[in-house]
Amino acid sequence: MISTLTVIDLTLARGDRVLFEGFNLNLVAGEAIALTGRNGAGKTSLLRAIAGLIRPVTGRVTFIGTDGALEAEDARGRDLHFIGHQDGLKSNRTAREELLFQVRWTGGTAASAEAACERLDLQRLLDLEVRKLSAGQRRRLALARLVASPRRLWLLDEPLAPLDAGHRAGIGQVMTEHLVTGGLILAAVHDALPIAARGVGIGA
Amino acid sequence: MTGLGTLIRRELALSWGRGGGPMLALAFYLAMATLLPLAAGPEPARLAAVAPGSAWLALAVSSLLSLERLFERDYEDGALDLLALGPAPLEAAAFAKCLAQWITTGAPLALLAPVVATALGAPLRLAPLTVAAALAGGLGFSFCGGVGAALSLGSRRGGVLIAVIVLPLFAPPVIFGAGAIEALASGLDWKTGLMLLIAYSLAFVALGPFAMAAACRNALS
Repeated sequence: MISTLTVIDLTLARGDRVLFEGFNLNLVAGEAIALTGRNGAGKTSLLRAIAGLIRPVTGRVTFIGTDGALEAEDARGRDLHFIGHQDGLKSNRTAREELLFQVRWTGGTAASAEAACERLDLQRLLDLEVRKLSAGQRRRLALARLVASPRRLWLLDEPLAPLDAGHRAGIGQVMTEHLVTGGLILAAVHDALPIAARGVGIGA
Repeated sequence: MTGLGTLIRRELALSWGRGGGPMLALAFYLAMATLLPLAAGPEPARLAAVAPGSAWLALAVSSLLSLERLFERDYEDGALDLLALGPAPLEAAAFAKCLAQWITTGAPLALLAPVVATALGAPLRLAPLTVAAALAGGLGFSFCGGVGAALSLGSRRGGVLIAVIVLPLFAPPVIFGAGAIEALASGLDWKTGLMLLIAYSLAFVALGPFAMAAACRNALS
C-alpha cells in the first residue's frame, strides 16, 4: 500500500529537449496535488515518468508504504491508477465489455464495477458501443475504474476537462472520499480541482 | 492470474473482430491457393508436386495479415499504458496477446491447410501431418510475428515493415514444415523436421514475449 510518493531531483527530456531539471515532489496519504504549468511544460511526462512509462534522465521516483520503501514495479502494477488523455477504450466494443476489462485488469470485480456505474451514473450507457459515447461519457467510463478497483495512488491527466459541471462535482466527491480513506492524488490541471489541493507549478 | 485470464478473453474478442479477424486470413489463404493453378498451370501432376510446399508458403503469408493491429490499436488508443500498469508484467501481456492470435488465426488456418493442400493435389494421407505442422508452425508465426508487430509500433506503414522484419524469420519454419511434409510424401524420415519446427516455435514462445515487451516499452517512452 503506497502511503508516500517521493520524486527526487528528476530531470526529464523528450528527444533532445530538456523539459525540466531537478524537480522534487513529496505527496503523502490523504493529500491531493494540482500540477499546473503551460502547455508543453512536462506535466504529462512527469505523470508518465512516475507511472514508469518513460525513463527519467536523472533522478528517482520512490513509493513508500507503511513498512518502508516498496519495490517500484510492484507498487505500479498493484497500487497505481494512471488515466491519461487517451481513455484506452476500444471503439467497437460495448461500454460494459471495456469497463469490465479495465476493472478486472486493475484488480476489481464485476460487483465493484456495478457499484462504480451506479456512482458515476453510467448504467444507461453500458450497452452502447464506445464509439457512440461523447468525450465526457468516455472519460467517466475510464474514471469508473478509480472507484471500482481500489488503488491508493491516482495519477490523473486533465481528468475533468471533458466533464460537465454536475459530473465534475460528482468526481470531486469521489476524490474527497478517496483522500479521506488515505489515498493520494496527483492531477495535472488547467482549471482548479473541485477539492482542496496543494498547487505545484512545473517548468516556470 | 485472474488478470491474465481477463486479458486473454479480451484479446480473443478483439482478435475476432480485428480487421475481419480470422475470416479475412482464411479468405486470403483460399484466394492465394486458387491463384496458384492459374499461375503454375493446371496439369495435376505438376500441381501435386508443388502442393505441400506452396500450401505451406501461402500459410506463412496469410499468418502475417492480422498482425499489424496486434499492438498498434492498444498503442494508439492508450490501452497499452493500462496493460503496462496491470497485475501481470508486460511480458505476460504480450504472451497472452500472441496466444490469442494463435487461437483465433493460427488454428483456423491450420485446419484449412490440409484442405488447400489436398485440393491442389497432395495425397490425403499427408493431411494429419499437415495439420500438426501448421499448428506448430502457426504458434511460431504468431509469436515471431508479434515481435515484428511490437518493433514496428509508431511507424507509418507498419504492416509492410512487419512483413520485412518477420518474413526472413519465417524461413526456418517454412523449411522445416514443408520439409517434413515432403519427407513423408517420399517415404523418408519426417519426424526430425517436425521436431525442429516445434523447437523453433517453442523457442519463440519462450523468448518472443521479452522482445515484445521491450519493444512496447520503447514505443511508450
